[in-house]
Amino acid sequence: MIASRFLPRQHLQTLFDQLDALGYRCIGPQVRDGAIVYDRLGDLTALPIGIGAHQTPGRYRLEHQDHQRCFAWANGPQALKPLLFAPHETLWRTERDDAGRLAFTRELQPAQRQAVIGVRACDLAALALQDAHFADARADPSYSRRRHDLLLVGVECGQPADTCFCASTGEGPAISTGTDLTLTELDAGFLVRAGTEVGSALCDALPLRAPSDGELAQAEAEIEQARLSQHRSLPGRNLRESLFANLDHPRWDEVATRCLACGNCVAVCPTCFCSTEREQPSIDGSGSTRVRLWDSCFSAEHSYVHGRLLRPDTRTRYRQWLTHKLGGWHDQYGRSGCVGCGRCIAWCPVGIDLTAEANAICSDASESAQEAP
Amino acid sequence: MSTAAAMGPPWMGPPWEAEVLARDQETRGLCTLHLRLTDANARAAYRFLPGQFNMLYVPAVGGVPISIASDPAQPQRLAHTISAVGRVTRVLATLGTGDRIGLRGPYGRGWPLEKAEGQDLVVVTGGLGCAPVVAAIDYALARRTDFGQLVILQGVKHAADMFWRARYDAWAELPNTEVRLAADQPDHHWQDHVGLVTDLLDEVPLRPQASIALICGPEPMMLAAAKRLVALGISDDRIWLSLERGFQCGVGHCGHCQLGPYFLCRDGPVFPWSEISWLVGRKGF
Ligand SMILES: Cc1cc2nc3c(=O)[nH]c(=O)nc-3n(C[C@H](O)[C@H](O)[C@H](O)COP(=O)(O)OP(=O)(O)OC[C@H]3O[C@@H](n4cnc5c(N)ncnc54)[C@H](O)[C@@H]3O)c2cc1C
Ligand code: SF4
Ligand code: FES
Repeated sequence: MIASRFLPRQHLQTLFDQLDALGYRCIGPQVRDGAIVYDRLGDLTALPIGIGAHQTPGRYRLEHQDHQRCFAWANGPQALKPLLFAPHETLWRTERDDAGRLAFTRELQPAQRQAVIGVRACDLAALALQDAHFADARADPSYSRRRHDLLLVGVECGQPADTCFCASTGEGPAISTGTDLTLTELDAGFLVRAGTEVGSALCDALPLRAPSDGELAQAEAEIEQARLSQHRSLPGRNLRESLFANLDHPRWDEVATRCLACGNCVAVCPTCFCSTEREQPSIDGSGSTRVRLWDSCFSAEHSYVHGRLLRPDTRTRYRQWLTHKLGGWHDQYGRSGCVGCGRCIAWCPVGIDLTAEANAICSDASESAQEAP
Repeated sequence: MSTAAAMGPPWMGPPWEAEVLARDQETRGLCTLHLRLTDANARAAYRFLPGQFNMLYVPAVGGVPISIASDPAQPQRLAHTISAVGRVTRVLATLGTGDRIGLRGPYGRGWPLEKAEGQDLVVVTGGLGCAPVVAAIDYALARRTDFGQLVILQGVKHAADMFWRARYDAWAELPNTEVRLAADQPDHHWQDHVGLVTDLLDEVPLRPQASIALICGPEPMMLAAAKRLVALGISDDRIWLSLERGFQCGVGHCGHCQLGPYFLCRDGPVFPWSEISWLVGRKGF
């Protein structure tokens, strides 16, 4: 383990200044419309200082707390996903000349160095999955370009929400990999450790001191407490066999009576990657723009094929989502598509908890005849 | 700004421009567009394998995946046979010579023709399912001695839906080639089998140990054909079928074709029955 150093709280601004001097656009958590969102961050006063996030199934509320910490909350509705996999992407433009000839063009936005401060362990695991998906052999150019110069400052989770279960999926609350710099927040400041050379260079420019034994012990105790406080869990790391063996389980019908098929879960999920393409014709008819938007497997259009809907009802759509997320992902990405962030539980309007659904479906002894190979 | 051709293979677009060279009306709702990429470099570099597909774009309307239904030996002239079922395909069906659209491809895993060398080919298709297999038949006929018996079975719902009659008649004249047609609902001209294409499997002599089957058509038809072929003794890794979903990206990113462990656009659309049988015909997948 790389030795931690200590950054006194009053010097946190130096980190921002350093990133700024290196030409990074700083992105970080801040309170907007009653939620913690990630956006352009000028200085540290915009951080959610003294803010906690109370999250339960179907509920997310911020609350003021009596402390000066900046990262004492569990994740908001989004973190890294919209920064890399844009909710609205222009793919190409089509121009038609008077002779009916078509010109297709794509303009990629110039790369902008970005640094994200306050990334959690669950979001790092989700990022690794999005990388595997979008930066594969046929890499998505927009994603890859934004990803290329991304600097990540992680912050370990000391205050998970009631909805979090990263300890069960194995991602957190501690951060083990994937960042340039990792912080652990204490009252007086931050333990800091570098994960890359870029991170080390940043450390060299910060007024760091050696941490006391007490500070190290305190940080460890807080993270351990964060792990122990989590009470939700999936019934196993790999549910592929049991989910596909239970495609006719009555619980699919039951959850469909509660699920609104609104797609909130998919929108907030840091690993969901579905998109849909649309043509946006120009008013004068001379051309059009092809755009890519986030999509959801809960929508009717998602399963449209050849004039019919493959998944006409909520039962088959919820089953599609869960069997893919916790099953098919193992074949496609070598691991589950769930990183235990709990967002889909908190942001579900009716409070459906996928861990409860997976437990009900997978722990059932009466398996249908259908076997996955 | 750079053009599509300058950007290399248009995985994520932008598409190339393609010009309609000719249009054939096959049946009332079905036409074939013969396309040519207008960019000379793109055209020269373009190659495809039987069973692969292109994404076709009508600007301001949308894009659809369509199989390449022409001879892979002539990749400069691409045939796409299109059934007008929705917004995009209806517009495609109205195009004529000189019209221009966008094209990106080819995508996907095609038919296992190298694996099939030395084997009999058993082609079982339903309706427009014959389109993606025609390229495979052309391929095999161009290397006739590399393959054994060629069995071609095509079924349609109404006799009036039968197209490429001349092609089937020509193939039927070839040595070591068995062609049978079926119509569920015959008209008074119909001379061939009345019933399902899968009935024909019992009428043709098959060598189960030495055959590779290529199936394409509506999913219930493919399910029935695959089951019948298994019952006739053809092992499930010798039976291949082409699956269809609402592809949008074609490269395994948009998620529209996700099925069990696969993205059909990237891992398929052609699969051996051994890999996919557990999901085909399952409602909701
Ligand atoms: C590998 C492969 C090969 C194929 N080969 C052929 C072939 O050779 N010939 C052929 O004719 N067909 C072929 N198809 C089928 C063909 O792609 C579909 O018929 C076609 O996509 C439907 O086009 P459309 O006109 O309905 O398009 P549209 O309906 O305009 O579809 C475009 C998009 O709009 C959306 N959409 C449209 N209508 C609806 C609706 N009612 N509800 C919800 N969403 C909607 C969907 O997201 C869709 O992707 C193939 C398909 C695949 C996957
Ligand atoms: S499925 Fe739910 S808990 Fe798991 S990563 Fe997605 S949003 Fe988070
Ligand atoms: S068509 Fe987009 S993932 Fe297959």
